[in-house]
Amino acid sequence: MASVSSLAEAVADLVHDGDQVALEGFTHLIPFAAGHEIIRQGRKDLTLVRMTPDLVYDQLIGAGCARKLVFSWGGNPGVGSLHRFRDAVQHAWPVPLEIEEHSHAGMANRYAAGASGLPFAVLRGYTGTDLPEHTDTIKPITCPFTGQTLTAVPALNPDVAIIHAQRADRKGNVQLWGITGVQKEAVLAARRSLVTVEEIVDELDPRPNAVTLPGWVVTRVAKVPRGAHPSYAHDYYVRDNDYYKAWDGISRDRDAFQCWLTEEVAG
Amino acid sequence: MNYTTDEMMTVAAARVLRDGASCFVGIGLPSTAANLARATHAPDLVLIYESGCIGAKPDRLPLSIGDGILAETADSLVSVPEIFNYWLQPGRIDVGFLGAAQLDKHGNINTTVIGDYADPKVRLPGAGGAPEIAASCKEVVIVVRQSKRTFIDKLDFITSVGLGDRSSFTGAGPGMIITDLGVLRPVGGEFTLTQLHPGVEVSQVIDATGWELKVSPDLTETPPPSEAELTALRKLAG
Repeated sequence: MASVSSLAEAVADLVHDGDQVALEGFTHLIPFAAGHEIIRQGRKDLTLVRMTPDLVYDQLIGAGCARKLVFSWGGNPGVGSLHRFRDAVQHAWPVPLEIEEHSHAGMANRYAAGASGLPFAVLRGYTGTDLPEHTDTIKPITCPFTGQTLTAVPALNPDVAIIHAQRADRKGNVQLWGITGVQKEAVLAARRSLVTVEEIVDELDPRPNAVTLPGWVVTRVAKVPRGAHPSYAHDYYVRDNDYYKAWDGISRDRDAFQCWLTEEVAG
Repeated sequence: MNYTTDEMMTVAAARVLRDGASCFVGIGLPSTAANLARATHAPDLVLIYESGCIGAKPDRLPLSIGDGILAETADSLVSVPEIFNYWLQPGRIDVGFLGAAQLDKHGNINTTVIGDYADPKVRLPGAGGAPEIAASCKEVVIVVRQSKRTFIDKLDFITSVGLGDRSSFTGAGPGMIITDLGVLRPVGGEFTLTQLHPGVEVSQVIDATGWELKVSPDLTETPPPSEAELTALRKLAG
């Protein structure tokens, strides 16, 4: 059964230097507050896994928490580039960043294989692109039944998966709805999991299309209202598009970023 | 009504989407064009976003492919593994609408890196859903502003495959590149200028292309945007 604690305790207990950490949430329900707590606690040498690194990983990378990034699309959605990610890849600032790059379909299938207890996943894709030449976790495989050549990608089994959800009950059963992305797969694939939630309620009444993660597959729940801001939590608050636009200016400049870090996260 | 070259491009792109078709939509110009089609001649166009929204019906443009307005208005919401495995990969989707940071005369797209991969000049966002959209949709339409920086002779990186070897893919690949100047279509395996937007000279398009652009002898002209199209587009853009 999942235990409930503060966010600070949860990150201290579950996220260690050098861990492979997946913060998931596809545009919706991105666990920003947990990302900021990882920065505050000064974690180092993390391998960050995420389909869409988004602002939250731009911030972790800029703060020097990451050694490696495993991803499939590293942009600021609808706005442009991630400048801290770019600075790390192009100029090794603040520390060098190794990258392992996939497509969305590849990453989604890697999580699904991890959740399924399989060593790898099979998909069509990557053929003819330059990705296999630079990413050694993309290999051709022959179908034993038809002889077709397909692509294999290894399972992802992060040390810890962190997601944000609308709510949990006191036993740690978690409920999320709206765009649910790849969060279920990430939690089931990971060795440990932390779910931050908008609220903890006595009873989870049914919601259309909701994903329920029973408390016995979740390690820890922490109540963090607005923990997905500036992304959004369906039925709770909307996406703060202005923040995404403003981030472009803050993140372009190392000094402006450092100010942001001191004022908004460290303080 | 006066209109901008971007508006002409978006209107031209919207027109190729037939009512009732299903369209896998990338963000930016492709999303604007697909939503314009829905607001004008194709009310039953099925918009599919990689965030898992199938049949989204937004009344304003989403900033990202996972905006709440897409989830609230979708016929069905599925997980990300499902959207790629069950919906895109088998070749169920009619049209893929893609943008590009760079592309070549074969319609290959680069959205990964400019310069050397290990020591890049500019690191771009990367693949996202594009390689599988390019591989698996029945046909692909690329919507992009035309310039020498974008239309280049040799890509630094192939992120999504164009007209090349498609033997392992379910889809036919790119059939059209729609730009702010005109429309290019494949002729003999090479994207060729076949259509000009009103007021655009062939020389302008040649100057905005980084390869030796072939021009069709049967050039046509795009009808200008109608008042209804422009009104709908401006309403969407808010």
